[in-house]
Amino acid sequence: MLGPHASHFHEKDPSHATSQGPEAAPPMKLSFTVNGTEHTLDLDSRVTLLDALRDHLGLTGSKKGCDHGQCGACTVIAGGRRINACLSLAVMHDGDEITTVEGLAGPELSALQQAFIKHDGFQCGYCTPGQICSAVAMLREVSDGWPSHVSDSLTGPVRLSREELAERMSGNLCRCSCYPGINAAILETAEAE
Amino acid sequence: MRPFDYSRATDPGDACRAAAAPEAAFVAGGTNLLDLMKLEVMAPGALVDISRLGLDGIEPEGDGLRIGATVTNSDLAADARVREGWPVLSRALLAGASGQLRNKATTGGNLLQRTRCPYFYDTDTPCNKREPGSGCSALGGEQRNHAILGTSPDCIALHPSDMAVAMRALDATVAVQGANGEHRHIALSEFYRLPGDTPHLETRLMPGDLITAVHLPAAKGNRQVYRKVRDRASYAFALVSAAAVVRMEGGRIAHAALAFGGLGTQPWRDPEVDALLTGEAPSEALFDKAGEVLMRDAETHEGTAFKVPLGKRVLKAVLAEVTA
Repeated sequence: MLGPHASHFHEKDPSHATSQGPEAAPPMKLSFTVNGTEHTLDLDSRVTLLDALRDHLGLTGSKKGCDHGQCGACTVIAGGRRINACLSLAVMHDGDEITTVEGLAGPELSALQQAFIKHDGFQCGYCTPGQICSAVAMLREVSDGWPSHVSDSLTGPVRLSREELAERMSGNLCRCSCYPGINAAILETAEAE
Repeated sequence: MRPFDYSRATDPGDACRAAAAPEAAFVAGGTNLLDLMKLEVMAPGALVDISRLGLDGIEPEGDGLRIGATVTNSDLAADARVREGWPVLSRALLAGASGQLRNKATTGGNLLQRTRCPYFYDTDTPCNKREPGSGCSALGGEQRNHAILGTSPDCIALHPSDMAVAMRALDATVAVQGANGEHRHIALSEFYRLPGDTPHLETRLMPGDLITAVHLPAAKGNRQVYRKVRDRASYAFALVSAAAVVRMEGGRIAHAALAFGGLGTQPWRDPEVDALLTGEAPSEALFDKAGEVLMRDAETHEGTAFKVPLGKRVLKAVLAEVTA
């Protein structure tokens, strides 16, 4: 399940990409804000947002699971919206504000992070950063009144039932199948907010 | 991923000119294109980023809406006007992909997304869509997410969109700006090409053509339903889906527009099905007849034969719901 580059940290290799052809385009400058800190990087145009965060900024909380947008382990929050960082080019995020799991905690863990611990919302923990980033943004979508596929009404108030939660979090897979704990953690946090 | 030149377009004219170059492609959400580039199924030499052209607004236009090409699937599904007046479109969007993908995927990109035929993705196997003339591995191979309507001896690849199915039932039109600066409109009913012996040519777009918007006319029916049947409850492509837009008058069907996903090589709408239903009182016999008409030219293979009875049942269920 791990991608070939999942555990490598290429601090000295700004042109790191999934394959290095002889005609690689010259590096491009990217400036963006990650967890409140501004960064400027010189990157090969092929570098995904996920690889930029992990391999160039050392923020390895966001995980590379499938690298094809199917598992959600790479979920980060860009401009307030949850996205798959593996399916986005870093250079397309010039000027953007990105939040990763490392940016969610203050001096103490956030309420949702504490709830994941309390409810044992993980086993191996690989999907956890993606689950948590996804859930943070998902709760915002609920408070903005976005309906989902399972909502009875498109225009009525949204109540975060277990069915709604499963539908809204379907982009985050847990291969250990810790969904009962994950659901309990998110529901408890939603009710407390 | 093969190397490519990246540029960010600052106005639509520049974008069209840049993308008219050989091997250039537009990128906006990138959720499908970048996946295909990682697998080297697609290897554009240049990417023209159109995500900051200001094409991300939804504006009223007459009795309808003008949806900018880079409006995300999330924003479109959540738009209050769409939820109220074109609920079948919200429903179709919400039935597709995941929350993360809908936040990136755009309106224009959704229309242009490529098939999920596994052989199109597998560069070790022949595929006429990926490599014209190489053959079709799905014929005689594993079939499930494949088409039974509009197919050819060269390709049975399915168009995977949910959004476009609803838009076909809503008579949407695609606004296009060409590399020569010309603006034109293509009805969604004319937008896609049947595979024939050129399955690699999927739309009427020419090199450098930029989708700028999708126009939705006022809905001709207030009763709207989207039904999607798939292998799991969420985050899966349709085995069969149906969008229905219906208006009832005096117990009879005054307007019927049915469109289907999971069945066709393009988002499928059959004027004969709509014509059969129009003016009639709803009945089980009528719905059965509609199913027969829909499937009259179906070409099935071992792995797709189930779609004939499944498609008829979905059609019947949707008609029963929308006319009740």
